[in-house]
Amino acid sequence: MARYDSLLDACGGTPLVGLPRLSPAVPEGAPPVRLWAKLEDRNPTGSIKDRAALFMVRRAESDGRLRPGDTILEPTSGNTGISLAMVAKLRGYRLVCVMPENVSTERVQLLRMYGAEIIFSPAAGGSNQAVATAKQIAAEHPDWVMLYQYGNEANARAHFETTGPELLEDLPTITHFVAGLGTTGTLMGTGRYLREKVDGIQIVAAEPRYGELVYGLRNIDEGYVPELYDATVLTRRFSVGTRDAVLRTRQLVEVEGIFAGFSTGAILHAALAVAHEAVRDGRRADVAFVVCDGGWKYLSTGAYGGTLSDAEEALEGQLWA
Amino acid sequence: MAIEVRIPTILRTYTGGAKVVEGAGDTLNDLLTDLDSRHGGLRARLVTDAGALHRFVNVYVNDEDVRFLGALDAKLNDGDSVTILPAVAGGAFGFAAAAAIASHSAAAIASRASTARVAAR
Repeated sequence: MARYDSLLDACGGTPLVGLPRLSPAVPEGAPPVRLWAKLEDRNPTGSIKDRAALFMVRRAESDGRLRPGDTILEPTSGNTGISLAMVAKLRGYRLVCVMPENVSTERVQLLRMYGAEIIFSPAAGGSNQAVATAKQIAAEHPDWVMLYQYGNEANARAHFETTGPELLEDLPTITHFVAGLGTTGTLMGTGRYLREKVDGIQIVAAEPRYGELVYGLRNIDEGYVPELYDATVLTRRFSVGTRDAVLRTRQLVEVEGIFAGFSTGAILHAALAVAHEAVRDGRRADVAFVVCDGGWKYLSTGAYGGTLSDAEEALEGQLWA
Repeated sequence: MAIEVRIPTILRTYTGGAKVVEGAGDTLNDLLTDLDSRHGGLRARLVTDAGALHRFVNVYVNDEDVRFLGALDAKLNDGDSVTILPAVAGGAFGFAAAAAIASHSAAAIASRASTARVAAR
């Protein structure tokens, strides 16, 4: 279908494309091992988060939590804010985003363009400052609605009802699904759906491993695990460092012509790991992975050119996924 | 050859500030016991009294989460690289802030609800 009544109706239904050049070669006579990219950058605002934003808003509307003219408050460092800003604009809500100062300028420009208001929490104050700022704002505006993507079941539901069925329809022979682990909504929703339908499916998480500046702020006793996260949905979980994520992001555009953000590079790194294992074990594999967004919003980092070390340095301290 | 272990900033007080230390062991459990003999107190920060990995600690062997490899029983080999990190599943700032507001809102709703119940009596 290529005609829709509105932009919101054009959410999802993204293409799944094969990667014939990046898929590992197999010995003659061995079963094929193929990589497939789910192009989530083809959503209305250019990221997979459109699915979750739309489902969360619709659920809040049907529950009566959101009424026309309400204000939505969302602490976000990226794509969810942009998706919510678009949905809020079209559905008649005001959106206020709380975000750390050290996000890319493109994200800020996009949010403002879609009509969102932004409150920055100082990067220097770290997560404690972000928490304090967000708490203060929530206390001052008890009537603002927070959709809380990390604990909102509608986030995972979006993928159970759309991403999962789309993948199965396009690739009935799927053996592995690989996606990024942030709110965990994509993996939980798609993973549960595919586990119900496909015997032996592997659900693989790729988690960004940031530079030390990010973890330096973390106390182990005050860790965070999103409420949506259920480890039993996953079969494996990889931690992917900045260097590998950048390397794979560049490889994806150089070899297959897909221009993606760095979180996609991290996911591709994990997808290649499981694909190469399948080759070693002589097993057939159809590995589908998520292209979360395009690379446009990250060009200002400079990490698409120069040496890998330069790129790693450019992204140090940034939340690139 | 030994096993290389990457220590997060917050735990370097146990390693004299070292980012990377070396250890030995056939399993993660053995490795942490070995490390604790030279870096006393480190193990207790990672393993609970009940003998499980602390909920907010993630340990990776060659970039793979040990919870999917047998947790403390995960097998290790010489030359492996072990990374210890505090749990921050993506969107670190957003999640910290969102969780704080959610608990704040939940507390506010709970307090309103209990006030309403008291009033109803």
